[in-house]
Amino acid sequence: MSKRPIIALIGNPNAGKSSLFNSLTGLSQKTGNFPGVTMDKMTGTWNLSNDIAVDVLDLPGIYSIYPKSVDEELVINILGNQSHPDYPDMAIVVADASNLKRNLLLFSQVRDLGIPTVLALNMIDVAETQGYVINSIKLGRELSVEVAEINAKKGIGMNGLRLAVEKTLLNRFASNDGLPLPVEDRLLDAVQAKFGEADPYRSLLWLMEHDRMTMFDRAQRESFDDLQAEFHFDAKAYKSSETVKRYEALSEIVSRCVINLNRQWDAPPVKTLTDRLDKVFLHPIGGYLFFLAILFVMFQAVFTWAQFPMDLIDIWVAQLNDWLKEMLPPSALTGLLTDGLVAGIGGVLIFIPQIAFLFLFIALLEETGYMSRVMFIMDKLMRRFGLNGKSVVPLISGVACAVPAIMSTRSIGSWKDRLITIMVTPLMSCSARLPIYTVLIALVVPDTNSLFGVFNLQGVALFGLYFLGFFMAIVSAWVMKQILQVKERSYFIMELPTYKAPRFKHIAFTIYNSVKAFVFEAGKIIVAISVVLWVLASYGPGDSLSMVEQQVRVSNPGLSPTDLANKIASEKLENSYAGHFGHFIEPVIKPLGYDWKIGIALITSFAAREVFVGTMPTIYSLGGEADSENATIKNRMRAEINPATGKPMYDTALGFSLLIFYAFAMQCMSTLATTYRETKSWKYPVIQFTYMTALAYLAAFLVFQMLS
Amino acid sequence: METMADLKVGEHAEIMGFTDELLSLKLLEMGCLPGTDVELTHLAPFGDPIAVKVSGYTLALRKDEAVTIQIIRK
Repeated sequence: MSKRPIIALIGNPNAGKSSLFNSLTGLSQKTGNFPGVTMDKMTGTWNLSNDIAVDVLDLPGIYSIYPKSVDEELVINILGNQSHPDYPDMAIVVADASNLKRNLLLFSQVRDLGIPTVLALNMIDVAETQGYVINSIKLGRELSVEVAEINAKKGIGMNGLRLAVEKTLLNRFASNDGLPLPVEDRLLDAVQAKFGEADPYRSLLWLMEHDRMTMFDRAQRESFDDLQAEFHFDAKAYKSSETVKRYEALSEIVSRCVINLNRQWDAPPVKTLTDRLDKVFLHPIGGYLFFLAILFVMFQAVFTWAQFPMDLIDIWVAQLNDWLKEMLPPSALTGLLTDGLVAGIGGVLIFIPQIAFLFLFIALLEETGYMSRVMFIMDKLMRRFGLNGKSVVPLISGVACAVPAIMSTRSIGSWKDRLITIMVTPLMSCSARLPIYTVLIALVVPDTNSLFGVFNLQGVALFGLYFLGFFMAIVSAWVMKQILQVKERSYFIMELPTYKAPRFKHIAFTIYNSVKAFVFEAGKIIVAISVVLWVLASYGPGDSLSMVEQQVRVSNPGLSPTDLANKIASEKLENSYAGHFGHFIEPVIKPLGYDWKIGIALITSFAAREVFVGTMPTIYSLGGEADSENATIKNRMRAEINPATGKPMYDTALGFSLLIFYAFAMQCMSTLATTYRETKSWKYPVIQFTYMTALAYLAAFLVFQMLS
Repeated sequence: METMADLKVGEHAEIMGFTDELLSLKLLEMGCLPGTDVELTHLAPFGDPIAVKVSGYTLALRKDEAVTIQIIRK
């Protein structure tokens, strides 16, 4: 079978590209997309007819093929490179009809690259309410292209689009105008002689954008630079003149194909809903209040409304665990399965409701167009701390998960702003910290209403930790701003899109995909670490463990069988490999109030912090004193006695010290890997790991010393 | 010459040209063409960034960027 045709979806941001992608491909999408991140390409299958299926490729929204930020580079890397595996057979340019001229600029560039193109006119209804009537047949004739009128959100016009695409796939007709502005023939010849025959505009794109294109190596880039110098070719000036020239031509075409009813009737421009909403949302005081209110509702949802489904999951997992313990013979392996694996996976499952709520809110803010207003009103504040209005999205998404949050920094055009945002985003308390916070807060903060009798103290403590994370993030950003000496200029130029009603199907879909990706990613790590930890905790060097067992038996003849078994288990853990590791780092963590058992938990948490919840039951059940009736992690930890003082181990000082440590420490391999991928250097993940861990250590030390 | 940063809310102007070559391409692509009408519609808190209506949509930009756009008030 021959390869399926690939169709690329291209368009301005907010032109309705993603809506169209969803209408065409539905559930066949391959990559889970996190809200706030349409940074990467997405693929899905579109059944064009009964016997033809095509791959649809959704690309990040752009205003022109000349990239200004990292997310935009992807587009020329695919469209400019015919040997790219995703190089499309044709393109659909989705254009917002209510802003036709600006959208056609991109269309004309894509077409001139020599790619067969269909123009999909979206939001014609919006254009008509603004008083513009578009003659799309005439427009198609003037541009020599198949035009389809669609309503991407409602899925209307898909048949027309289907026909236009089939026709274009069949005849592969690419009407290109050649070069928008002439260049010296000899320059073009020289490029083509060195880099192969291509459409003239494509050759020119290579010449101008080679630095951003992955298809060229260093030597090739240098020879492009040489050519530019030899012919005194000024790429910046060319691009500017090209843009003006294209707009001139498009203005004439648009004026022939669009009737402006406003001008004929001389009616005053209509005050749209967006104008009225912006009066409130962009108000100097009201705007901030509204944003705070939204954040408040978001946290309320995550910490209060999510409680009920979380309790349900908790009960189910506990029931499953009890059932397994009854069914299986009591053995070490059963312990691994129930206390290690099931408890660990349960620890991940339990925060699905909270993640779902977080993603719901972020997706809603993004979908409605409100998120860009937040960037607008926050830019000035964020700038003082070395960040950018666009850093707001990563910081808010960081509350869910730092990995997609760091990916969403790609839309920040300035490298310095982007780097600082990447470096501080993991300080935002992500959802993996939540179960740890929940367990520890329940141990050390009383569940009473205080502070004027209104707020629950545990809730206040939780909110305090989130605030602390944010506070540390902006302080660290400020420090980095002072250290980093980059002369590059930061900028903030962006469209404020019109407000739109959210597409709930789309949102439900996004949440489903993100939660699924999250659970599987976290689940894999937990399973792996639980097994490794169980092995390390059950075996020791040589025959030391059986020696320990004999010693305990000999020296404690008077103990009852249960107490003896517990004593043996706890001595065994201390002498196992895990115990040795724990003892090894104990001197380092002692000033923070931690013993070797917590040391084991810290070591295992360095790959992924959510492992803490799975580690605790393994350590404490192997460590003895386990009463099977009250087997939750919380109760086991509460029963733990500090051998030095004879009082409960998890007192206020230790509890807060651990909370602060987990709030600041970099304990996530996935985040470090993402930082490496996004900065393309090991330097930054190393710095990130070091400064966050140092911060965590110092802060935990101070907290423990002050409270104990 | 006056720049876009001098506008007050509700005022209209015509774009004349740009003084920063790097930013001008981005602004041109976003529809800020010489001869186009702009209207200042919103100021963010503390007066920066600003939002202007241009080519039928709302564009947000910082004051630092607005000073590179030369205008004639209408």
